[in-house]
Formats: sequence, structure tokens, C-alpha cells
Amino acid sequence: MMSVLLDVENLWVKFPSRHGVFDAVRGVSFTLGRERLGIVGESGSGKSMTGRAILRLIRPPGIVEADHINLEGVNLLDKTEKEMRDVRGQRISMVMQDPKFSLNPVMTIGDQIIEAYRLHSKASKAEAYKKSLEMLEAVSIRDPERVMRAYPHEMSGGMGQRIMIAMMLIPNPQILIADEPTSALDVSVQRQVLDIMDKLVKDRGMGLIFISHDLNLVADFCDRVLIMYAGRIVEVCDAEKLHAAKHPYTRGLLNSLPRLDAPRDRLEVLQRDPAWSEAPSVSGRV
Amino acid sequence: MKMLEVQDLNVWFGGGRDRVDAVKHASFDVAQGESFGLVGESGSGKSTILRAITGLAPDWSGKIMVEGQAIGHKRPRTFFKTVQMVFQDPYASLHPRHSVDQVLGETLQLHGFKDIDARVVKLLDDVGLGQKFRFRYPHQLSGGQRQRVAIARALAPEPDLLLLDEPTSALDVSVQAEILNLLADLRTEHNLTYVMVSHDLSVVGHMCDRLAVMKDGEIVEVLDVDVLRHLNAEHPYSRQLLEASL
Repeated sequence: MMSVLLDVENLWVKFPSRHGVFDAVRGVSFTLGRERLGIVGESGSGKSMTGRAILRLIRPPGIVEADHINLEGVNLLDKTEKEMRDVRGQRISMVMQDPKFSLNPVMTIGDQIIEAYRLHSKASKAEAYKKSLEMLEAVSIRDPERVMRAYPHEMSGGMGQRIMIAMMLIPNPQILIADEPTSALDVSVQRQVLDIMDKLVKDRGMGLIFISHDLNLVADFCDRVLIMYAGRIVEVCDAEKLHAAKHPYTRGLLNSLPRLDAPRDRLEVLQRDPAWSEAPSVSGRV
Repeated sequence: MKMLEVQDLNVWFGGGRDRVDAVKHASFDVAQGESFGLVGESGSGKSTILRAITGLAPDWSGKIMVEGQAIGHKRPRTFFKTVQMVFQDPYASLHPRHSVDQVLGETLQLHGFKDIDARVVKLLDDVGLGQKFRFRYPHQLSGGQRQRVAIARALAPEPDLLLLDEPTSALDVSVQAEILNLLADLRTEHNLTYVMVSHDLSVVGHMCDRLAVMKDGEIVEVLDVDVLRHLNAEHPYSRQLLEASL
């Protein structure tokens, strides 16, 4: 049995609105061990909200409710905001979708990484600088000294995303939540970033939650996949068996992809069944 | 007949020390009724070619011919009746304070149509939206519906050549399938010619007959989709792209 890092039970995310309460995530349960867990779904299916809710990043008026979100047996929901700050970054890190919006445009890359590192440890500036250089090398950035002096606008998208990953990994977190980390990137660069994440996850024995809308990517990259629809998990399967998934929603998504090796005149269009959103959430617990 | 001929096209931005050559010596042609794809990584100049054709990139040299007519830097009115473009991001390409009716009505009026009311209805039907979307604003539409409006707008002047700049990359796969089907239907119905830019080889493989692979502003290879399907690309870069997208 794999050790469980994170245990989420019956998670709800609600947003009160003029037309009543909108449930973005509806009773989702899953566990995460030292593995790569993929969460896939369309936009609006609640996959990003699930990632954010774990770190308690959802602001009022949004409401997060759950029976528990246990990080190694400690319920994150019982922590105060101050205690949460020790969790964020240090124990659970998050890489967001677009590096353009997550790096500070008026600070050099070096200053940002050093700041992030020193916030979590008592290291001196010189130590932090050395550590930052090492991290940039670990995410295969060439000429890290130059990059440390550079500003974010001088970086390409792929480099920016690798810098984000470096920054997130310096405190050596146990869990990394990656929210569409590669969807702003090219196919060729995508592979590179994924390989780096994969290596780091394996070497450090981290748990990875990989949020994406790209089914093929997730099937390739992850160990286990949760498929979300309208705020619920509709199917859980092993990544290598994703192409043999049973739920009509997953099948529909897979069939709507154009394929090079199997040309068709028309693509299949997803026929949505209201019953999918009614059916109770499937548990993603091991 | 050739719908579009591009010969030795160069496009650049800036001047002097800051000059960037975005497209270098690009040549290709597209037959009437054909669907032609441009693929490559970001920054390879594929969108820039489309922008140069429509006149959105002012600094270019070489020869662009549409329906046998060479295009100068100043484009005549008839050009915009022949060539229209659909942009990548339907969230950015529609005016947030104009209703669908205004978006389409204004375009039709600019092109000198008289029966605007009937045409707006027809356009909405053509793209599968129907009457009830006519007086909505962009924020009341989903991404796929917005892209349909953008396509309707491009179809308004009854063009022959449609330039599609990554029309589905901002959309979910399920919605992507709907839009690609719609584009395929419209092509047969209206006898359109497509030039489609995408970074997704399987999308281009599905939509196009022939494609050009671009790298660093140059066209490295022009090949048939059949060749692509059998993974027989010749240029090492095309092979690399193929491998990355399988």
C-alpha cells in the first residue's frame, strides 16, 4: 500500500450569486500518494477549483467545505490563515497556467527566486543565490547566471514556466499542484517541461496533481486520472487504460479529438446527458 | 485556378538594430477550393503570413496574388470582399459592448449590403446559432458560440478565401470538434478556400489537404496530408514535430 500524502473527502466549492448558490465542485473525494495524479475535464468542470481549494486559495465570497482535507493526517481546514502560510509553498506548491502572469514583471528572476527561498528558510543571501543557480540548472536552463539578472519579459514562455517550476521546487515541497502548466507552451517545449517535472517528482518522491484539459497528455504523463464533469468526478482510471475508459463523457471527449492515423470526414460531437451531472461523484480514493 | 499565390514573401518588424525578420522567403500557392495548413511552433511566423496577406503587417516584400491579382500595400475594397480572417481568441476578437446584431450588422453595412436584417438572420443560421443569439452580448456567450459569431462575421461579405488563425486553440476539445465540423460544412456549402494556421498537427491533418511546415520564419517543407499520415515527412524538423504530436 502506497503511503497517502493527501486525503480529500467530500470537497465542495460554492459561490453564492444572485441566482442562488453555484456549486463549482460538488462532493469530490480522492487521495494522493507519491504518484502523478491527473485531473482532466473541460473548462468549467471544477478541476482548477479543486486544486485551489486544497491550498485554501479560494477567496470569499467563495466557500470551501469538506469533511476533511488531510495532509499527512492533519486537516488543512482546521489551520488558521497564518498556519496555512507555512503549508503553501513549503509543503504544497502550485504552478499556475501562464508564466506571464505569475512572475513579477519589475523584479529580476534572481531576486524573485531568492525571495521565495528566503521566505521559507533562514538561508543567507549568498546561500540562497547558490541554491537558486542550482535549481535553475536542475530545470535545464542554460546560462543561469544571465537568467538570474534578467527580467521576466526577456524570457520565452517555456523558460518562464521552467523558472516557475524551479521557484516552486526550491523549498522541497511534498506535493506539487500543476494547473495546466504546459497549455501556454508549444508541443516541443511542452515535452521538455514535462520531462523536467517528471524527473523531479521521481527523484524527490513528491506527489503531483496535474490539472489539464489535454487527455492524451495526461494519458502519457500520469499514473492515475480523475475525469471531472460539472464539478463531480465521473470516472477514475489508470492512465494507461484511459483510452479504454467506459464513461460516455470520457469516450465522447476521446472521440472528439482529430487523429492523424485515423482520418474521418466528420468529428464526433459530444452529446451531453443531463444524467452525468446528476450522478453522484465517483471516489478517487485508493 | 490558383486562389492564392505567395512568392518570396518577407515580413519584418522594426528597423535598424531592432529589425526582426519574421518571415523569410516564403513561397506557396493554394488552389481554388483547397484547404491549406501552416504549422510550426510559436514564433515561426505562421500567423505573420496571414497578417501580411490581410494587410495587418505593413512591412513586407515579395509577391502576394489573390485570384490572379497582385496585391499592393494599399488594398482595394474588393479585396476585403474576397479575403476574410478568423482570429485565434474569440474572447479578444469581439467588441465587448457590441451585441451580435451590431457586430454582424456593422460589417454588412460596411460592405454595402442593403438587406441587412435578412442577412444577419441567414448568417446566424449558417453558423448554427439561430435567432435567439441575435441580441446577446459576447459575455453572454460561451467560447464556442463566440467563435461561431466570429466566423459569421468573416462570412458576412461572402468571401472566397478564409484565413483561419488557430480558430480552435482557445477552445475545449469537445467544442473544437463542433467548430471544425462547422468549418468543414461551410467550406462545401459556400465553396470556400481555407488557409489555416495551427500548432496542432492532428487538427491540420483533419482539416487540410496540403500543409507547409515552418521554422524560424522559413517554410522548411510543403507536403500532402497523406504523406503526413504515413509519417513520411522528409525534413528533420517536420519529423520532430510529428513525433512530438503523436
